[in-house]
Amino acid sequence: MALVLNEEHGMLRDAARSFLDGRAPLSHLRQLRDDSIEAGFSTELWKEMADMGWAAIIIPEAFGGLDYGYTGLGLVLEECGRTLTPSPLLSTALLSTSALLLSNNEDLCSQWLPEIASGEKLLALACEETRQHHPDKVETIADSDESGYRLNGQKNAVMDGGVADAFIVSARTHSGEDPNVGVSLFVIPEDSEGLELEITELLDNHRSAKLTLTNVNLKREHLLSPLHEGWPVLRKVLDRGRIGMAAEMLGLSQEVFERTTRYLQERKQFGVPIGTFQALQHRAAVLYGEIELCKSVVLKALQALDEDSTKVPLLASLAKARCGQTAGLAAAEGIQMHGGIGMTDEFDIGFFIKRWRSLNQQLGDSRYHLNRFAELRGY
Amino acid sequence: MSADLNSFREEVRSWLDDNCPQEMRSPMVSEKDACWGGRGFKFQSEAQRLWLERMGAKGWTAPAWPKEYGGGGMDRDQLKILKQEMAAIKARPALFSFGISMLGPALLKYGNETQMQTYLPPIVRGEIRWCQGYSEPNAGSDLANLQAPAVDRGDHYELNGSKIWTSYGDSGDWMFCLVRTDPDAPKHAGISFMLFDMQTPGISVKPIRLISGRSPFCEVFFADVRIPKTQQVGKLNKGWSIAKYLLTHEREMISWKGLSQSGVKSLSETAMDVMETCNGSLKDPILRADIARFELDEMAFALTIERARDEVKAGVGLGAASSWFKYFGTELNKQRQDLLMDIHGSDALAWTGAASNDGKLARDWLRSKGNSIEGGTSEIQLNIVAKHILGLPG
Repeated sequence: MALVLNEEHGMLRDAARSFLDGRAPLSHLRQLRDDSIEAGFSTELWKEMADMGWAAIIIPEAFGGLDYGYTGLGLVLEECGRTLTPSPLLSTALLSTSALLLSNNEDLCSQWLPEIASGEKLLALACEETRQHHPDKVETIADSDESGYRLNGQKNAVMDGGVADAFIVSARTHSGEDPNVGVSLFVIPEDSEGLELEITELLDNHRSAKLTLTNVNLKREHLLSPLHEGWPVLRKVLDRGRIGMAAEMLGLSQEVFERTTRYLQERKQFGVPIGTFQALQHRAAVLYGEIELCKSVVLKALQALDEDSTKVPLLASLAKARCGQTAGLAAAEGIQMHGGIGMTDEFDIGFFIKRWRSLNQQLGDSRYHLNRFAELRGY
Repeated sequence: MSADLNSFREEVRSWLDDNCPQEMRSPMVSEKDACWGGRGFKFQSEAQRLWLERMGAKGWTAPAWPKEYGGGGMDRDQLKILKQEMAAIKARPALFSFGISMLGPALLKYGNETQMQTYLPPIVRGEIRWCQGYSEPNAGSDLANLQAPAVDRGDHYELNGSKIWTSYGDSGDWMFCLVRTDPDAPKHAGISFMLFDMQTPGISVKPIRLISGRSPFCEVFFADVRIPKTQQVGKLNKGWSIAKYLLTHEREMISWKGLSQSGVKSLSETAMDVMETCNGSLKDPILRADIARFELDEMAFALTIERARDEVKAGVGLGAASSWFKYFGTELNKQRQDLLMDIHGSDALAWTGAASNDGKLARDWLRSKGNSIEGGTSEIQLNIVAKHILGLPG
């Protein structure tokens, strides 16, 4: 497939951009933060996004979705990265939806997907137990008994966990250390007995939850993945999430870079625009190129998802590592080149580095994916 | 359309199968394997000569050029097929040529009909080898400051002065050259573009020995050299536009060096072969990380080249970005050569002897340091990006 967007994609991007510029520019995030809105995002705005079909982009028509594909969702995420608009797009519309779809569980898909598509239900993925990204280390236990399963354990860093109607949780149904054997995925309704939530406000104003499961009893129909075979599903889910996050970081990079180059043209010192100084010009030119690289790797990875290519894991790590690195550089240069004003809360540029830090860390940082890239290439 | 392309692919495949000699179906081992053609070229083998002759006659050494000037007349899709089919049998390029990569595109855009008829077909056939007369001792990064005066003598120009950093100036048959035709005009407005035979009386060439011990560049001196007026290309004193156009082609050519060639082992494969491993991965964690960083960038760069080509095809082009490609590609190649030296350890230090192929690793590593200087330094490329793409002032 040619590495260019088609006309339809271009229209979707334009529509997303004009909606976000109008309804949820950066000041929207600032307002949410200043008002200490508990969800970390606006539920009214999410309803509007869902009305435009954004919650339903990758959901098949049979479950009330648009079946429009990953490139489309990636473009919307990229635009959200520009305005830093918080929403459950990643947690619900991409990660949890993918977990449902990839598990091939007809009953649970019918139960959840139509209401995800319409924006009525939110789900969150709970697959981390350590500080560092380590999804293959699963110590949460699901003991089997006559009526179903009993879960005990803890999950960290659950994105949008505070507002989820249900959680998709990885747990061991068979003891051992090899994630390929004995890990299963469950759907746990948020009102289940024995489920405790501890919600943390993060630096980017998103909300993360810690889940404690104490003798949570589940019926057999809550088993999402094939028994003991949750890891192959989760691995694919994570790659989708990583590519989506890379797309958001691409949008973030472009926006912070455009704001910064504009500032270089406007801000005067020593009687001239600071953009005339070669020391700054060269750094800006290098950053321009880094962002061009990110555009290519994100588009390639999204297309690979649409084609269900075997290269998805490699391209996911390529995209997450490259965009994590570039967005971090763009956000840091944004502050440095703005000078003192870039350090103030009143000025918007600092929002970008906060979101970058959060996106880069979740689902594996650049270093994690550099290492995985090398592993996948066989060294 | 796609049926046409399929039958085209069949045609190409069967022609290559009939015409590409077996010896030409393996990656080149050293620079000596490259065929440059030209009057005095000594072919390494009969196979090399035949391969050039056949590809040249077919016009496939310059597959995208119009057929009336000896080219292959291919469109983009056909070009892609030719490349794929050549790669499939590991066919070597039949010809390396500045005539094809640099002069040709400029002549097709700025040359008159007679000039195109005269100069293009011998380039395609590899009969005339061209060299580039651009830089001068005081015109490197500041190329437009070039001074070599070409004075109007009625029916011809008389050229004096000198050029430096002329690639393969000692083996070029003809030179395309930037000369000063109006010394009083602003520096960009008094430059013209001329072509001449290197055997013209008054031209002398002196190779420059580089830190690699090799001499791919020369100094060229002019003493009252007569250039017929028919050999001036484009409008008088408007040569700077041609120069810039040609430079974008040169930069693109140099930037491809950032990518590993097909059929050649990747850095990580090489490292896994020659270095200590542990459970299927490289034992040295820091070098492994450095290689991974390089290969990640290399893959991202390859995808960006692919995207740029697809965008040009779709008419939304990255356009002015050739400077950035030149910058990134050459920096990448320098990293590759650095890492290759690290991977091969003490073996990489050899300077002579058959075992090291006469110190190929060390010499290539040293030579690569010039990649980010020739064709405009990295710093100049970044200036161009800042000014022309980002619109920064000054």
